[in-house]
Order: sequence, then structure tokens, then C-alpha cells
Amino acid sequence: MFVAPHIEWAALTPVLILLGAAVIGVLVEAFVPRASRRLVQLALSALAVAGALVAVTWRWTVVQSSGPRELVAGALREDGPALLAQAVLLVLSLLALLVIADRSRGEDGFAPTAAAVPGSEYEDQARRAGLAQTEVFPLTMFAVTGMLVFPAAADLLTMFIALEVLSLPLYLLAGLARYRRLLSQEASLKYFLLGAFSSAFFLMGLALLYGYAGSVRLDELAVAVPAMAGMDGLLLAGSALVIVGLLFKVGAVPFHAWTPDVYQGAPTSVTGFMAACTKVAAFAALLRFVYVVTPGLTWDLAPFLWTVAILTMVVGTVLAIVQTDMKRTLAYSSVAHAGFLLLGVIALDERGIGGVIFYLLAYGLATVGSFGLVSLVRTKDADGNVTSEAGHLSEWAGLGRRSPVLAVSFALFLLSFAGIPLTAGFTGKFAVFSAAVAGGAWPLVVVAVLASAAAAFFYVRIIVLMFFTEPPVAEDGSSTTVVRTEGLTAVAVVVCAVGTVLLGVVPSAILAITAQASKFLL
Amino acid sequence: MPQDILGQSPLTVLVLVPALVAAVVWLVPPLRRLARPIGLATSLVVLAGAVALAAGFDLGAASETQYLQTNGWIPAFGASYAVGVNGLGLTMILLATLLVPLVIVAGWKEVTLPAGVADDDESAAAKALAYRQAGWVALVLVLEALMIAVFAARDVFLFYVLFEAMLIPVYFLIGVYGGPNRRYAAIKFLLYSLAGGLLMLAAVVGYFFVGTDQGPQAFLLDGAQPLAMPYGTELALFLGFFVAFAVKAPMWPVHTWLPDAAQQAPPGTSTLLVGVLDKVGTFGMIALCLPLFPEASRAAAPVIIVLALVSIIYGGLLAIGQNDLMRMIAFTSVSHFGFIVLGIFVGTSTAMTGAMIYMVAHGVSTAAMFLVGGFLTQRGGTQDMSAYGGMQRVTPLIAGTFLVSGLASLALPGLSGFVPEYLVLLGTFQHAPWMAIVAVFGVVLAALYILLAYQRVFTGPPSTTHAGMPDLGGREKVVMGVLVAAMLFLGFYPAPVLDALTPVADAVSTFFVGGVA
Repeated sequence: MFVAPHIEWAALTPVLILLGAAVIGVLVEAFVPRASRRLVQLALSALAVAGALVAVTWRWTVVQSSGPRELVAGALREDGPALLAQAVLLVLSLLALLVIADRSRGEDGFAPTAAAVPGSEYEDQARRAGLAQTEVFPLTMFAVTGMLVFPAAADLLTMFIALEVLSLPLYLLAGLARYRRLLSQEASLKYFLLGAFSSAFFLMGLALLYGYAGSVRLDELAVAVPAMAGMDGLLLAGSALVIVGLLFKVGAVPFHAWTPDVYQGAPTSVTGFMAACTKVAAFAALLRFVYVVTPGLTWDLAPFLWTVAILTMVVGTVLAIVQTDMKRTLAYSSVAHAGFLLLGVIALDERGIGGVIFYLLAYGLATVGSFGLVSLVRTKDADGNVTSEAGHLSEWAGLGRRSPVLAVSFALFLLSFAGIPLTAGFTGKFAVFSAAVAGGAWPLVVVAVLASAAAAFFYVRIIVLMFFTEPPVAEDGSSTTVVRTEGLTAVAVVVCAVGTVLLGVVPSAILAITAQASKFLL
Repeated sequence: MPQDILGQSPLTVLVLVPALVAAVVWLVPPLRRLARPIGLATSLVVLAGAVALAAGFDLGAASETQYLQTNGWIPAFGASYAVGVNGLGLTMILLATLLVPLVIVAGWKEVTLPAGVADDDESAAAKALAYRQAGWVALVLVLEALMIAVFAARDVFLFYVLFEAMLIPVYFLIGVYGGPNRRYAAIKFLLYSLAGGLLMLAAVVGYFFVGTDQGPQAFLLDGAQPLAMPYGTELALFLGFFVAFAVKAPMWPVHTWLPDAAQQAPPGTSTLLVGVLDKVGTFGMIALCLPLFPEASRAAAPVIIVLALVSIIYGGLLAIGQNDLMRMIAFTSVSHFGFIVLGIFVGTSTAMTGAMIYMVAHGVSTAAMFLVGGFLTQRGGTQDMSAYGGMQRVTPLIAGTFLVSGLASLALPGLSGFVPEYLVLLGTFQHAPWMAIVAVFGVVLAALYILLAYQRVFTGPPSTTHAGMPDLGGREKVVMGVLVAAMLFLGFYPAPVLDALTPVADAVSTFFVGGVA
């Protein structure tokens, strides 16, 4: 007999707000006149994210007073780590949304009509007519909805659905860049194909685990793990495949191959959003799976996870050193950061959960801020036409002299990435590394510290380039310029910069909150 | 001076004032033209504050931490905001706050627009110049704030954070305002220091986890007993801290960043870098390595003493071989830091007192050498010593002040270098005569490198290219006058400084010297 599950609507408000905004956004595309569409979409999305943030805060207070619980017949959990990850996610989404919505010289960062063949007459007409692809907003809202469900998902099927809901809009968004259309479409296709692979891995793992335990619920899996009734092959392969699917999303080596191409090809504002928010969601889900299901498997999974973590830190750092493109450099740096974050996952120490979430916030602020700034630095050809972003590192030379504020903020984000004290990145590294030491993974911490030292080299190299190098004289007369915007990016960058400094200098308030989120509800 | 101002230690105020003024000068465009006078006034106020601090300091309890303030900072990491000074910290703060106004005065006209900036538009050029000068003043003031803070830090974590944060202003002072090869020097400096700093970070994290309670005050220095830990762990943690301090100090074989940095940095920056910042290395050895890891310090002492002796001889020999005046001064410092480290790790009360007062004396004499060297080389347009000759007839004041500073540096009795060098050698001789015998060669080398340099630059037939070179101006006379007075004061009447330092040295050596044999 089918019993309709009891649904706790109040606890679902954050998700419902965003999903509602996404659906209304689709309707707006159909019914609101083109002239006012962008404004309506922007207001709707920003209000929805802000509203969801308020709702998450309210749920946090409820959970603090009356304890965590399961929702929707056990499909979701409302506990400290989930709500905290959701709050971080929403803060970063709001900032990323400002960057996505911003326009410079009347143009946003997206193709006027994505359906047009790149370079065609039709595309040119669309550009001159001033068309805009405002579907970007509902797509972003759908992605955020998926991300919001991901950390709270307590069975593997819900997790899989959330994964798809967050991924599909991102595949589309990655293909929408205004300039270098072909590169963008290639990125989109690559992301889609590799994302499909990762989904397949995840599903395969899910199937094996179901075969082992007869359930896809994480709590029932956790109970079934110690039994190990002669089927440990199923259990280990299943767990490993599910983890591989999640590692794809965080961009850990050897599942990182999509990262540089997608980061480079996607519209820069979307790259910032994707890099920051996808990582939060995927790491939160990874934390839940590892901390809830696999504590009994530590000895079996450790060689695999340790290898991945070491490879991720080393490969990310080494390849970042040899890059010549700004977005690719940041992409490999994000791979290296995934490696540092894995330390907190492997630690299996209750400090690890809060540490990882703090690190994600610190990393996300620097990521959204730095990609926001990258979107403003453009190439100007000999005729004075401002075109695509100045991707090559050499084009950033001497920026500190002409745009000191931009260069100083970018340097701040780089210092935070590098983990220099008094920036958020340092606090995050300290939190995660100390959790790893507490969890007995000190050899990994040694590797991480060495990788940080090597990574400092390429961050510092960019700072040197901006402040101490003369701008190059290009043969074709092109130069680098910083475009003016409507100011939304500036607001986002300022918030990110202030946050980066505050989390570095006076982090204790936020650390106290993350420390409360130290336990997953089974 | 009262023990607290509005509930804050006066040290906190002393840190905040230059930091806030730096931010205002840099961020408010109309103030940029006035940056230098504002910077000078601020540094004088801070100096006055430091003097008032010294006046209120209880010399009878110089080995204890005074003006102590402890607030929670990041309880989750065991880090507190704790500042306070004993005799050593106070002396180092006085040294730093004395040198900063001198550096600002000496560098008054040093900051110019880089070559290649078009000066056809006069108002734009003036604006760019004001911006550059404001940046320089702001960086110097930020550095001053950090120097005061690091000498006052009474929490391992806070000390580490400030230790690392100091890199950033120095990096920009070298990289933006330095000589033609400044980028290379700035990056080399940064990478060396970062590598040392990361080792120290690893040791800081390790220290936290060795502690049993890992509570919110785990990193406090005052009241901390050496943690009980296995010997291997203690040695590893000790090395993490020591290597970072040895890079900063700088000791052979991790000194190679210093000559490049000193050659490319403007003289004022070299003054602060070698005169004060590098002392953070030796300060850290005394304030952190010895009390936190006494067993490991004792065990490592013989090796460190040998490295210190190598530094003394090696620095002296290389100083003789240099052609570049600034590189020469840098290598003399490598030799002098060898003496300081020798004194610290010999560890008898005499040697320790010598090492501490050496830090002050060397700060003053090196500052004088770098600044007068800067006055000379900026007039002459080159740092190459062979390009000069017979300058004592052209610029007698530069020659005279250079000689006095050099003599102080080679420990002539009556000048600042004598008392500490004598004390270090005496303490070392009592401990192990052969060490003192090796170290004495350093004194001979010092006479060689100083007098040879003086001979090459200032005696002989005057070089025709520098015939009409102007001597010290009024502003420069003030700077050198203050420094010469300080060298004479430390030479003839070191008693007040000794009073402040001896109790600290006694306290440190009581628990350290025991095992050294």
C-alpha cells in the first residue's frame, strides 16, 4: 500500500523559493516585453537568492533550538553541515549573480543569440539589434536549486537528481560566451560529455551499492557497511564509483581534464559562479557520503583517496605554474585547491566538516572576486574597438600602474589563494590542515604545505607582472584596457575583498559557527 | 606611561597609529602631496610614544613581560591577541622607532618618477610623483607598525602571522622603489622568506597539536611551560622555527637573498631590512626557540655554533671581495649576524647579553653605513666602489661619517660595536676557547673590509668624474648626526641598555645554558 509521505514544507522553503523563481523566470521570458525583461529577471533572481538566504538562516536557528531531523520520508536531511553549506552557497551565488548580470558598454558577457552559427550574418544582426539572452537568469536559478539540494540529499537517488539539476543548466551556460564563440561551444560540449561520464560513474556506483545493501539511503548503507557479508567487492566498487562521480564535479585529478578547457571557454562570470558554487555543493555532498557511509571503510578507501589527494595537489600546482592564460592558471589553481579541500574530507575528524566549509567560503569569495575582475580586463585593437577578455598573462603586465584599485584587489585574491596570513585563504588552510593532522593524515599535510609553497610562486608571478613589469608593445597595435561597468561587478568585488580580509583578520565569529556544524545526522 | 589606554595596552596604540596614518595617506588623494611631512610627524609621534613607554618601564623587572594585554582572537585555533614587552622587546621597539624617522628624512628626495614616464605634462607628472611618494611613506609606516607588533607579540600564532605579513611591504619597497634589477631581488627575497615561513607554519601547527588541551590559549607565550613531547618531535618543531629565523637573520648558507636585496633596494629600505627586520630572526631564536624547545636548542647548539662561525668568517671574506658598496655592507651583516647567533647559542649570561646588545648596536651602525652609502652612491650615480677615489677631499663629511660608522661596525672601543663584541667573545671564550679563537678572526676581517673599502673610495687621487660632488646637506647632516650620537652613546654609556637586557639574558640562560658543555 502506498502511503503519501509527510512533507515538511517549512523546512523546504529555501529550495521552494529558488525553484519558484526559476519557473517564474521562464514565464517572464515568455510574457514580459524585451525592454524590461533583463531588469525583471535580475530583480527576481536577486530577491530569490536573498530570500532563500534569509530562509536558510531561519532554518539554522530552528535546527539550533530543536535539533536536526529528516525531511520528506528520509530523502533529505536538515542538519548543521547541510544548512551551513547552503548558506555559503547562497552568499556566493548572490555575489556571482551580480557579476553575471553586469554589463559593460551596454553588453553583458553572453552571446546575443546562442542559437546563431558563430560568425554568421544572423549573429551580427542580433548583436546590432541589441538582443540579450536573458534566459541566463532562470538557468542560474535552476543550477542554484540543484546545488541547494545536493548537500542535504540523504539518499543516492536524490543526490543524483540534484546533481543533474545543477549540471544541465551549467552545460548550457558554459556555451554562451559573447566572444570566442567556438571556444565556448567546445567548452560546453566537453563539459557535457565528461559530465555525462561522471553521472554514469555515479549511477553505476549507486546500482552496485543498492545490490549490496538493498537500499540507496545513506543511513541504511551506513548500517549495512559493517556487515560486509562476503560482498565487499560490491560495496568497495560501489563506494569508489560514487566518490569518483563526485570527484569529477570538484575537479580532482585524474578527473580534472575538463576543468581548464571549460573554465577558459565559458563566459568568465559563469566560470566564477561554477568554480565557486559547484565546488561548495559537490564537496558538501562528498563530505556527507564519506563521513556517513565510509567510516567503516577507512582502511580500504584510504589508498585511493590519499593518491587522489596527492595527485590533485601536485598536478594542479605544477600545471598551474606552466600556464600562460589567466583563466587556465586559475583553473589549475582551483584543481590544487580541490586537493587541499580533500584533506578535510579524508581527515574524518569532526573539525574537518566545519574546516572544509570555511575553506569553501574563503576560496569562493576569492574566486568570484577574481573572475569578476578578469571579466573587466579586455583587449583593445588598433582601431580602439574593445573586444574579448585579455586572456594571455602577458597582457596583464603593468596593470598595477594604470588601474591600481583593480590590481590591488586582484592581488588580494591571489594572496588569499596562496594562503598568506591575514587573508581568508590562510585561515581556511589552517582549519583544514589542522583537521587533517588531528585525523592522522599528517603526511598529506606535509605534501600540502610543500604544494602551497610552490603554488605561491605562480600567484606571486602574476602580482609581479601587474606591478613591476612594463606593458608590452604589441605588433598589431592592440593594447589592454579595463572597461567600465554598471557597477554590479564592482559591488561584488568589494564585498569579496572585504570578506577576504575580515575572514583573515577576525575569523572567530564565522569559525564559531562552522564549529557548530560538526556532525551529520545519520 | 600608563599600563593601559582605554583598556588597550599602549603597545596596541603604538601599532595602530602608523597603520591608520598609512591607510589615510594612501587612500585620500589631497593628502598625498603632504605624505612625507605627515609620515615624518607620525614617526616622530610614535618615537615619542616609544620613549614614554621606556620611561614607564620597570627596569627592576626587565625580564618580565610588561604592558601585557591578552584578548581572545581565534579561539578555535588557540590564537590570542597578546602583546607585551620585556627588556629585549622594548629595546628593539626603540631601535625600530628611532630608525623609521631617520629613514623618512634620509629618503626625502629619493623617491622619483621612474625613467620613461613622460614629463611633458607637468601637473600629471606632479600627481604621479605625489602618488609614488605617498605609496612609499605608507609602506614605511605599515612596516613600522608591523615591526612594533612583531617585537611585542606574546603569542606564537600572532608572531607567525606578523612575521609573514612583514614580507609584503618589504617586497613592494624593494620591487617598486629599488634599483634596475629590483624584480629579481624582490622575488628572491620573497621566495626565501616564504619557504622559511611555511616551515614555521608547519611547526606552529605541530606545536598546537602537541599541546594536550589545544584550548583557546594554546599559543600564549607568557606562563607557558615547555610542552612535554618526545625528543624527535621537539627537534622537528625546533628546526621548523629555527630555519625560518635563520633565513631571516640571515645565516650561512641561507643568506644569499640578502646581498641581492641590499644591492637593489633603496638605502632606506636596506636600513630597515637589515637594521631591524633581520633582527626578528635572532629575536625569534631568543623569544621562541629557546624557551619553547630548550632540549632541542641545547642539542642543536653545537651545530648552530659551527654555522655561526662559518657565517662570521665567510661573510667577512666575501665582504672583502665585493665591488658593490651595498653588497659589501650586506656581507658585513652576514658576519655580524654570525656573532649574534654565536652569542645566543653559546648561551652563557655574558654571551647572551652580548648578543642582545649586539642586535641594537648593529642596527645603528648598519643603518649609518647603508644611509651614508646611499648618500654617496646617489650623488655618484653608481654603487661600484672602483668608480670612486679620493672622496675624502671632495666630501669630507660623507667620508668622516662613513669612517665612524665603519669603526663602530668593526668594534672600535668607544663606539657601539665594542661592548657587544667583547661580551660575545668573552662569553664564548669562557665556554669554549677554540670557538672564540675562530670568531676573533672575524674581528680581523672586519678591520680589513671596512678599511679597504674606505681606502678605495675615500683616499688616493680624487676621481675626476666626481670632482664637484656636493657634501652632506642639512637634512642629511641631521640624520648622520643622530646616528653618530647613538653610536657614541652606546659606546661610552651602554649602562641603561645593559640594565634592560641583562635580566632578560640571565633569565633565558638559566634554563638554557645548563646542558651546553
